[in-house]
Amino acid sequence: MRASLAAWALVLPSLLLLVAFTHWPAVETLWHSLHATPRGNRPAPFVGLDNYRALLDDPVFFRALWNNTIYAAVTIPASVVLALVMALAVNRAMPGRALLRMAYFLPTMLPMIAVANIWLFFYTPDYGLFDQVLSLFGFGRHNWLGDAATALPAMIAVAVWKEAGFFMIFYLAALQTMPPDLHEAASLDGTPRIMFFRRVTLPLLMPTTLFVLVNAVVNAFRMIDHVVVMTRGGPDNATTLLLYYIYETGFRFWDTATAATLTVVLLAILAALAVLQFGVFGRRVHYR
Amino acid sequence: MIAGTRHPVWTTLEIAAAWLLGLLWLLPLLYAAWTAIHPAAYATHFTPTAPLTVANFVAAWQAAPFGRYLLNTFLLCSLILAVQFVVCTTAAFAFARLSFVGRDLLFGLVLLQLMIMPDALLVENYRTLAQLRLVDTITAIALPYLGSAFGIFLLRQTFMTVPQALDDAARLEGCGLLGRLWRVYVPLARPTYIAYGLVSVSYHWNNFLWPLVITNSVTTRPLTVGLAVFATTDQGIDWSIITAATLMTSAPLLLAFLLFQRQFVASFMRAGVR
Repeated sequence: MRASLAAWALVLPSLLLLVAFTHWPAVETLWHSLHATPRGNRPAPFVGLDNYRALLDDPVFFRALWNNTIYAAVTIPASVVLALVMALAVNRAMPGRALLRMAYFLPTMLPMIAVANIWLFFYTPDYGLFDQVLSLFGFGRHNWLGDAATALPAMIAVAVWKEAGFFMIFYLAALQTMPPDLHEAASLDGTPRIMFFRRVTLPLLMPTTLFVLVNAVVNAFRMIDHVVVMTRGGPDNATTLLLYYIYETGFRFWDTATAATLTVVLLAILAALAVLQFGVFGRRVHYR
Repeated sequence: MIAGTRHPVWTTLEIAAAWLLGLLWLLPLLYAAWTAIHPAAYATHFTPTAPLTVANFVAAWQAAPFGRYLLNTFLLCSLILAVQFVVCTTAAFAFARLSFVGRDLLFGLVLLQLMIMPDALLVENYRTLAQLRLVDTITAIALPYLGSAFGIFLLRQTFMTVPQALDDAARLEGCGLLGRLWRVYVPLARPTYIAYGLVSVSYHWNNFLWPLVITNSVTTRPLTVGLAVFATTDQGIDWSIITAATLMTSAPLLLAFLLFQRQFVASFMRAGVR
């Protein structure tokens, strides 16, 4: 009993902080999504599911949902696969290995705001590097961020560039701990490289992949700093992502009830994805 | 293609491809560096003989209170890291080595934060901090991140690999619970602390949305928000100055990374983040 008390005391500070800023606000959000936005000093009236009904009539909400789906569907696999490729590339003796590792990893160390500024310059019509390079091949000027068709892909490119190197570190760490005798045994047996990769390397990397995937999924809904700086959700909501829409409704329109309702939707999506990931991948992961 | 033995041409091709990707990854940074150290006229003209200048950095430094922003970011990162180290360590130790009523349930609750990040709850957290009258303080920027599921998880994994025999030996020597944690577990988890510390500092050095929402004055704004305010308000599109400011705000972190690069990657590898 005394031991239990001591353990609780050790856990308590973290627990209080987590409850105060994660669990409790999550519950409160649900509560506030059932009320109207308070005006002045009057308490907010209970409105039931009205906020949710309003959301169903909101085309921007569906646009944000769709944009975020594409954003997630491209950035997650692209950055995870690139991270694995990078890790495999720098996990062997080669000239300039340290430099190459650094090149892959550097974007991760930059603030997303700084990254956004740099890429904003990249995407500038005429002067930007994109247009300059393309003009060498005879293409005309293009307003990458002003065109609804290219604005979201432009955001996706920045996100992948930013996070692939971060995930690479985790793969690299895992690759370094793989027993080298596995590789020796396989080469003695004459196992083809592709087969070795599929049957040995990939399964051994499964716990890492799960860890990286959880991070990538969260990032797909969290990484919106560059949207704030580069497009503000435009043009015509082409780059409005869910969290950006929450930020916009909550802190630019001060419509806290709608923002709370949107947050509930975001939380529901994150929870569903968590269940999915641990259900599908959890069984295939072999922890030691 | 047999594992281990490869045709040299194939190897060369792979290395070339790896470097091509590396160059592609470096390109935006090189471009930014070029723009920042040359006069505006050369921002998009790549002449090797273009004159070098530090005028862009000087102009950027004078145009906004970056010194103050830097101090704010430094205070913010220190505060977060110090508190995180303490509260994550004790919690991770309890989860790793003590058995107590409700442990698994509590650990599940902690892990929930891995998926539900504080950023998603910014509307509600703003309300909480407004009620606490803490809006526009550095404490307010830090508070939602002080409890860290990631840190607890990482340290718990490391503590679980500490041989029980060491723990028992320390106990026989008369070490109490906290004594063992401090003398046995913390020293052995050094690589994890370094790795986690770097992740935490780089995360909060770079964090933007929450600080943007919760701050509104020069004395609290971290570098990221300061840079965004600077780049959007009064600069028009003077790219040379904006990229100079951009590099300036990232420089301390980049320098730290370059200095500790080897240690950093090695820490990650030894930390057993896998």
